[in-house]
Amino acid sequence: MSTRRAAYEARQRRRANLLAGASTLVVLGLLVLLVPLAPGWAAVKSSFFDGEIFARTFPDLARAFLINIAIFAWSVPLIMVLGLAIALARGARAPVLFPMRIFGAIYVDLFRGIPVVLLVYLVGFGIPGLGLPRPWNSPYIWGTVALVLTYSAYVAEVLRSGIESIHASQRNAAICLGLSERDTMRYVILPQAIRRVVPANMNMLVALQKDVALLSFIGPVEILRQAGIFKSLLANFTPYVVAAVIFLCVTVPATRYADYLMNRDRDART
Amino acid sequence: MPEPRLALRGVTKSFGDVQVLHGIDLSVAPGEMVCLIGASGSGKSTLLRCMNGLEPVDDGEVRLDGVDIAEPGFDLGPVRQQIGIVFQSFNLFPHMTAYDNVALAPRRVLGEDARVRIEELFTRFGLATHISKYPDQLSGGQQQRVAVIRALAMRPHTMLFDEITSALDPELVGEVLDVLRQLRDDGMTMVLATHEMGFARELADRICFMDKGVIAEEGSPDVIFSSPTRKRTKQFLASVLR
Repeated sequence: MSTRRAAYEARQRRRANLLAGASTLVVLGLLVLLVPLAPGWAAVKSSFFDGEIFARTFPDLARAFLINIAIFAWSVPLIMVLGLAIALARGARAPVLFPMRIFGAIYVDLFRGIPVVLLVYLVGFGIPGLGLPRPWNSPYIWGTVALVLTYSAYVAEVLRSGIESIHASQRNAAICLGLSERDTMRYVILPQAIRRVVPANMNMLVALQKDVALLSFIGPVEILRQAGIFKSLLANFTPYVVAAVIFLCVTVPATRYADYLMNRDRDART
Repeated sequence: MPEPRLALRGVTKSFGDVQVLHGIDLSVAPGEMVCLIGASGSGKSTLLRCMNGLEPVDDGEVRLDGVDIAEPGFDLGPVRQQIGIVFQSFNLFPHMTAYDNVALAPRRVLGEDARVRIEELFTRFGLATHISKYPDQLSGGQQQRVAVIRALAMRPHTMLFDEITSALDPELVGEVLDVLRQLRDDGMTMVLATHEMGFARELADRICFMDKGVIAEEGSPDVIFSSPTRKRTKQFLASVLR
């Protein structure tokens, strides 16, 4: 049984889908037709999209990507813990904790203000240069430190904005029940604040996953460096395209999954 | 006359340059129900918030069972267990179920797993089937009743209600007022800021009409509603009782 309105809306929907499909086909068709007409297309095709090299380098690059994942995996908890600590330090109001506030502010200014790649160089080459014994001169350690310093500063700011976005009435309600400031933050403010900034933090993690590749500059043979090695070996850029595809295989599902989590969380409460 | 539960003397309060309370004197006896009426901005809410220390007073005394809790630096933690407050906008914690909203403070402040007591409260106020729901899944009236239960779970001897029906759809006001009636029957000491004139007249022991930060007139409901003496009181009542 469809009402007059439902029939009309179904008709409109069919029409919209048809138009969207047609326009997509036209754009794709133009790309497929026109790009090969460019004078350098043959050269670009053989040096970036060589199917045989793609297949040959894929397994090794996928294996190298495991290193990226490992560095990412141990960086994330460190970033979250440190980011939360900095965010709380910046919000501390007790006079005794004033030095913490100042420290937090300086920390955020400093590490948000330096390009990640520069910090990777400075920390990754500078600190082992102090002549530390193995394993303390490992680029894995100092590369991770550089990433954690930068990203915890960003995460701290995201969390702080989340904390400040929780309406004062929530704090009032908690305080009036006799909860301490500490319990109010822990049980009432933070859970809401963290939930609210999940999308922002997921964006941060996607960016981090990509920035792990910067560690290739100081040693670890992760996917970008492995692709560079193949490029020199085979005199072909296809390995970089392989690396890009592998990155997308992780980052696209990760962002979609974050959206899904947010929607599910919202649906559960309404 | 027994010692008053709450006794305010010369309470003043300013927000920036705006003085909201101009010297309030008010006593509330144990078991008494006092209704604060008056126009928006007359200082009703601020006065309530000064009674449990949510807003620090600028000057004057707020005595709870004889102890001046308005003294700067006074530890208000214990006070807030004895005085519960419910707000116009419910202020439930949206990330917790109704039960967890209520159970948090007893668990953290009293160190008590109050499950049985809390379930009894939900049953008593007709919310037993909603105990595991999130605030967003409840109607305004149900949310406000949960907020009342949340305050009651701390076993306060005094309750403050800040226009708790003003944000509700008209058909939901009754269920919340019924809760207040039950508390009245329990002998709870209560101070309400309210626009529910019929309710105030029916149940209050005393009405305080507030105007521009002072209690302009106070007395029994019959006197205030039938034969107010002040011109401002007459005007206000004439405008709200139309």
